[in-house]
Amino acid sequence: MEYLQAQNVSFSYDTEEGADPVQVLRGVSMGIRKGEFVALLGHNGSGKSTMAKHFNAMLLPSGGRVYVDGLDTLDESLKYEIRRRVGLVLQNPDNQLVASIVEEDVAFGPENLGVPPEEIRRRVDDALKAVDMYEFRMHAPYKLSGGQKQRIAIAGIIAMEPDCIVLDEPTAMLDPRGRTEVLDTIRKLNREKGITIVLITHYMDEAVLADRVIVMDSGEILTQGTPREVFSQVQLLKKHKLDVPQATELVFQLKAMGCNLPDGILNEEECAAALELLLGKPG
Amino acid sequence: MLSDITLGQYLPGNSVLHRMDPRVKLILTFACIVFIFVAGNFWSLLLMAALAVGGMILSGVPVGQYLKSLRAIIVIVVFTSVLNLFYGSGDLLFKLGVMEIRTGGVLNSVFIAIRIVSLILFSTILTFTTSPTQLTDALERIMKPLSVFHVKVHEIAMMMTIALRFVPTLLEETDKIMSAQKARGADMESGGLMQRAKALIPILIPLFVSSFRRAYDLAMAMECRCYHGGEGRTKMKSLHVAGLDVWSCCVTGVFFAAVIVSNIFLPAFL
Repeated sequence: MEYLQAQNVSFSYDTEEGADPVQVLRGVSMGIRKGEFVALLGHNGSGKSTMAKHFNAMLLPSGGRVYVDGLDTLDESLKYEIRRRVGLVLQNPDNQLVASIVEEDVAFGPENLGVPPEEIRRRVDDALKAVDMYEFRMHAPYKLSGGQKQRIAIAGIIAMEPDCIVLDEPTAMLDPRGRTEVLDTIRKLNREKGITIVLITHYMDEAVLADRVIVMDSGEILTQGTPREVFSQVQLLKKHKLDVPQATELVFQLKAMGCNLPDGILNEEECAAALELLLGKPG
Repeated sequence: MLSDITLGQYLPGNSVLHRMDPRVKLILTFACIVFIFVAGNFWSLLLMAALAVGGMILSGVPVGQYLKSLRAIIVIVVFTSVLNLFYGSGDLLFKLGVMEIRTGGVLNSVFIAIRIVSLILFSTILTFTTSPTQLTDALERIMKPLSVFHVKVHEIAMMMTIALRFVPTLLEETDKIMSAQKARGADMESGGLMQRAKALIPILIPLFVSSFRRAYDLAMAMECRCYHGGEGRTKMKSLHVAGLDVWSCCVTGVFFAAVIVSNIFLPAFL
């Protein structure tokens, strides 16, 4: 069985008395292996954030099942076991920091788990080093930049030593520099610590970094596969009002005009190389 | 502008006072404040002021920071001192109509000024050298016995931690909302008291709405990090009273004794 397993998950909530419940997820099934880096893509209202909150039992499915490391999220008694394994990082870094000092905030998670003090100290130091914020451990969070705050929030999750981190649009409120900082941190954690990453995003160029992309639209999975496979389906994505990376878009347009270019181009370098090949001569 | 307040801001460091147990610090600060009022003559008050200056030096925090926090209360100090100038007996120094200043009044106003300044100094030393988490942690431990009476000690301490954490964030937000409303033509600087109070409404409402949103987010983030109340919770920085704390208690204890002695045996004014 895969590490995170969603089986035919549906989720709906009531808006007001008498009205039909709003169906957010309609029978979504997906599996995420241990150590994998998956991007969950979709625009607002596609159900991607709702799906994310199912992975650590913040939301429970109205139909179907979600298993984390074989644990059923519907079992109330396993709630904290699941949340220890799967950490969730939210969009707004300001609203997820609890304490007024960086290291005390990072300690919040392990303190809740009842970890002994010396062990907490070690975990906090390790976590801060892992996100490259160790020298800021005595700072007040409100004096840090958005990217730094978001890395502190990630450190707060790492200190709980989870197997998997789900990030719900962690870069949506950050400037380009903060985005790069956070994305680099995520990739490093995935590669060096083998932490499973589920990155929820609506930025196509972030999704390209993942091993696998799952595209959601109106509560269902639209398509999935490697970034190259997914972004080759430019027409399908466009039909559902989703963007593709700029380079992919350019190649798609050129091909439509009759240029002989390969499929599945994801970034500027690949695009430039393909164009050079086509035009015959570099420069 | 708004985020420039220093009153109640922690300044990280590694001085003797930073390393003291926050519980001891809290109790000693409280005792010092009580003793400022116990001090009945100049000698004993100067002892307490000396203790405050000593604390300032030991805290390793630049004097400028203290001056900054004193600046916030300078108006109160001047106001009360001036008011006290006119009370008191003794030789007549100055007379203008019904107002007369006598030596007793001058001494009185100096006395009051020193009293208020040391009062602020003691509390700023505490907040400069103790992080809000440590402070609430100390309060939690000190109030622990109250849980026998079903007082939710942990929850109160947690609320205080969060409140302190969000003060700068909300100040920043208020600044932003004010600018946004000014950009839309809101006038906050003119008009009478009522008009100005009314002008605050378009600032307070967005602030409230966003605070609720923040609260919702924060609650979720806390749940994600397995928060489930005070039960079974450990602390990274466990509090323990060390030799340092015993020493500081002894030193302040000696000062307190000196204050009582000078209160009894020395004349009231110089």
